[in-house]
Parts: sequence; C-alpha cells; structure tokens
Amino acid sequence: MAKNIVENFLRKLGKPLVVFIQRLGELSLFIAKAVYNCVTPPFYIKLLGRQFLDIGFYSLPVVALTTIFAGMVIALQTYSGFSSYGAESAIASVVLISVTRELAPVFCGLMVAGRIGAAMAAEIGTMKVTEQIDALVTLSTNPFKYLFTPRLLAGIFVLPLLVMIGDIIGIFGGFLVSVYQLGFNPANYITNTINELQAIDINIGLTKGAVFGFIIALMGCYNGYKSRGGAQGVGEATTNAVVASSILILIFNYIITGMFFTK
Amino acid sequence: MSENKIEIKNLHKAFGKKVVLDGIDLEIKKGESLVVIGGSGTGKSVLIKCIQGILVPDSGSIKVDGQEIVNANEEIRDAMHGKMGMLFQGGALFDSLTVWENVAFGLIENKRMPRKEAKMEAVRLLRQVGLTPDVADLSPSELSGGMQKRVSLARAIATRPEIIFFDEPTTGLDPIMSDVINDLIIESAKGLGATALTITHDMASARKIADKIAMLYKGKIIWQGTVKEMDNTENPYVRQFINGCSQGPIKVEI
Repeated sequence: MAKNIVENFLRKLGKPLVVFIQRLGELSLFIAKAVYNCVTPPFYIKLLGRQFLDIGFYSLPVVALTTIFAGMVIALQTYSGFSSYGAESAIASVVLISVTRELAPVFCGLMVAGRIGAAMAAEIGTMKVTEQIDALVTLSTNPFKYLFTPRLLAGIFVLPLLVMIGDIIGIFGGFLVSVYQLGFNPANYITNTINELQAIDINIGLTKGAVFGFIIALMGCYNGYKSRGGAQGVGEATTNAVVASSILILIFNYIITGMFFTK
Repeated sequence: MSENKIEIKNLHKAFGKKVVLDGIDLEIKKGESLVVIGGSGTGKSVLIKCIQGILVPDSGSIKVDGQEIVNANEEIRDAMHGKMGMLFQGGALFDSLTVWENVAFGLIENKRMPRKEAKMEAVRLLRQVGLTPDVADLSPSELSGGMQKRVSLARAIATRPEIIFFDEPTTGLDPIMSDVINDLIIESAKGLGATALTITHDMASARKIADKIAMLYKGKIIWQGTVKEMDNTENPYVRQFINGCSQGPIKVEI
C-alpha cells in the first residue's frame, strides 16, 4: 500500500519533469540550429530589412509613449520623496539612472514582446498549421534561414537602438516635468544629467536590449514553430510567446543588472 | 522494365505509442502516376512527408533515383528537394506574397532567375493552369479555393520537378472543379514527364489520374494494382473502400 503511494507520487512528479526536460532539450536544439543558421549563408537581406522596419521603426511610437511617461513619473516621485533635501539635483540623476539602467530597457522589452513577439508567434504558427513552412522546405528553402534568422538578427540589433531612443525620450520626460511642472531651471537639469552620465548607463542598456531582443524573437519563433492544430494552437502559441518572453525579460534584467553592478 | 524512381523498403514511423507507418514497401517507376488511397488517419500524409524529408522515419529505407535519403546529409536532401514539387492539401500559399511571387518562389530563390523574367514565367504558368494574368498581382487570400489550388499547382510545377506530390488535390472542391484539377494534374505531370505520387480518398479522382493504385491500411500497403485490377479484385478491404460501405473488414475508429 505504502509502496503504491510512493510509486504514484514519483510517477506524478516524473511526468512533468520529463516533459520539462524534453522541452528544454527541444529549445536548446532550436537555439543551436537558429544561431548556426544566423552565421552561415545564404542571407536574405531584404527580409532582414523588413524585420528591422517592423520591429524597430513601427515600435517607435509605443516605446516613445511608455518611456516618456516613465521618465515623467519618476521625476514626480523623486520630487515628492526628495523635496526636503534638495530635489533639484536629485531629480536629474534619479531619472537618468532609473531610466537608462532599468526602465527604458524593460519597457522597450515588454512593449516589443507584446507587439512583435505575439505577431511573430501568430504569423509563424499560422504558417506552420497551414503547411506553409512545409511548402518552404519543398521549395528548397530552409525555414530557419528564411523565417527565423531575419527575425533573430533584427531583434538582437534593433532592440538596443530602441533602448537608446527610449533613454533619450525618458530623460526628456523627466526634464519636461521638472522644468514645466516643478519650475526648476532647465540649464541646471541638463548640466546635472550630463555630469552624472556614465558609460555604464549606456552599456547596460545596450546589453539588455540585445538580450531582450534575442529572447523576444526566439520565443516568438519557437512557440510559433511548435504550434499544432489550427486556430487554437496558434492562439496558445501567441500567449506562450508573450508570457514566456515577458517573464524571461524580467529574470534576465535582474541577472544582467547583477552582472554589471556586483563586482 | 523501366527503372524505379522511388523505392521504399520496410518504412516505419510512430508518434509516441501511435504507430502510423508499419513497414511500407512501395516502388514507383519513372514517369508513373501512383495513387495511394486509404481512409483518414491511415498515414498517407506521413508517408509523403517522409519521402520529402519533412519527417524523419524511425527505420527503413527510401531511395530516390537510387540515392538513399533517410538520414542523408543536407546537401543530398537539398538536391532531392530541387527535384520535387508538391501540391498541398490546403494550397499552403505564402500569404505574405502575391500570387505571382508564390508561383515564382522557387525560380527566384533557388534558380536565381531575375524578378522580371520570373514574373513572365509565372504568368505563363498561371495561364497554363487556366488563370488570367490579372490575378498575378492579387494576394492569395483574395482567391477562391479552386483558384488557390491552381496557383499552388502552378507553383509546384514551376521548377520543372521530376517528382510531384499531390496531397488530396480535390478535397474541398466541387465535383466539376475536382475534374478540372484532375485534368490539370494529368496534363502537367505528363507534360513534364514527371513521376507523380498522389494521396487521396476521392475515388473518382484516383481512377482518373492513376496508372497504378496502392491501398494503405493500418500502416501497411495491403493491395496494389491498376484501376482495372482494382475493380475486379476480391480483396474485401479494397472492395469496401471503393464502394464506400460502412460494413466490412475496415472498422471505423470513433
């Protein structure tokens, strides 16, 4: 009797564990194959260009809106928290540090995950279930190179650029609030920002951007590629892509911050 | 005796515990049109996907032109794909491209044909399958099911393949459109001198396009022969299938 209970327990524990390890293996193989195909010809330059446009250019409005309000709210909060000890100089540096190191990368990552990760998973998932990916194979075209390489490369290279733009717009948001709402001197704000700016603030944003871009494109492609069974499967893939990339972005955000600042 | 274009020996494929192909032996001669019939879920699509290298079989051998393709390296498989064309059940047209770009896909991406020339060739192919040049710039989603099948057929024959696969070419079409597609299949396959492998459960279509028919049941080829032999066979499985009876040795799994 006791043996049965133990056996059942192990069995219950075993199956999800085996499935988990299997998924991890599948994903690792997928990553290896995708990276290998990123660095070997042929390259589809035109498709890469379109992905740059889709992921980068068309994401600018959402990135701009989220980062400008992030910068604004940080300025406001810093003022309410620091007003008793010289808020004017504190606002510029708090906005700078929080926007460049954390807010701009994370918001860019999450917004692009929602916008692009979902679209990638839906498009590739639909191509999978309507046999368009098989059709590519029968037309002697490697789906990894044709579909995944342009997306992954665009993700890796475009997200850092978006983060940089987010940095600038976020800091500008802080500037707007402290000058027009709180009535501080604009010249002082700019001088404070420039004095406080360090190379690490930019580097960390670029690193995070590249990693998040890879995560978003990878999750979009992988979940789309693995989708099965029609509309429901594609819907699931889309959800999984967004949820997985959002969670991974937050986890890796912590890890990268840890790598940069604990030495 | 003409040579075998495709030779399959003892092919096995299972998904988990579900055995789909259980020792398939099949030979297709050069220029022959073989139709594989069988009920839904008997592994017809899996068979085609194994030959194309989209799925990897568990064991067995598939030879195309005497060249083993199971577990072959990428170079050999690429060369194989260059020889093959396929008409997918749902058309599988790329919806991010226009109709003519779909038809010319293989020409542009692999044969490196200039776009202008490829478009002219695409329009010619579209005419060949009975479509007017004005559909060339439409998107596939603007076409009816029958038209999509025609475009897909044009794409399959664009690179002049030596082997063409037809996956349920008439499913979802009305009887007249089915017959039109059947005629086009015969025309295009014969026109290219290509070897054709069709899977279908549409008996009217099978009778029309087959030189030879093979029946797939429970992962095995249980019968092969010409259309005439099929009509005279005593094989109870074949008789039940071609007559479409619910009573007989084939039990429908619900």
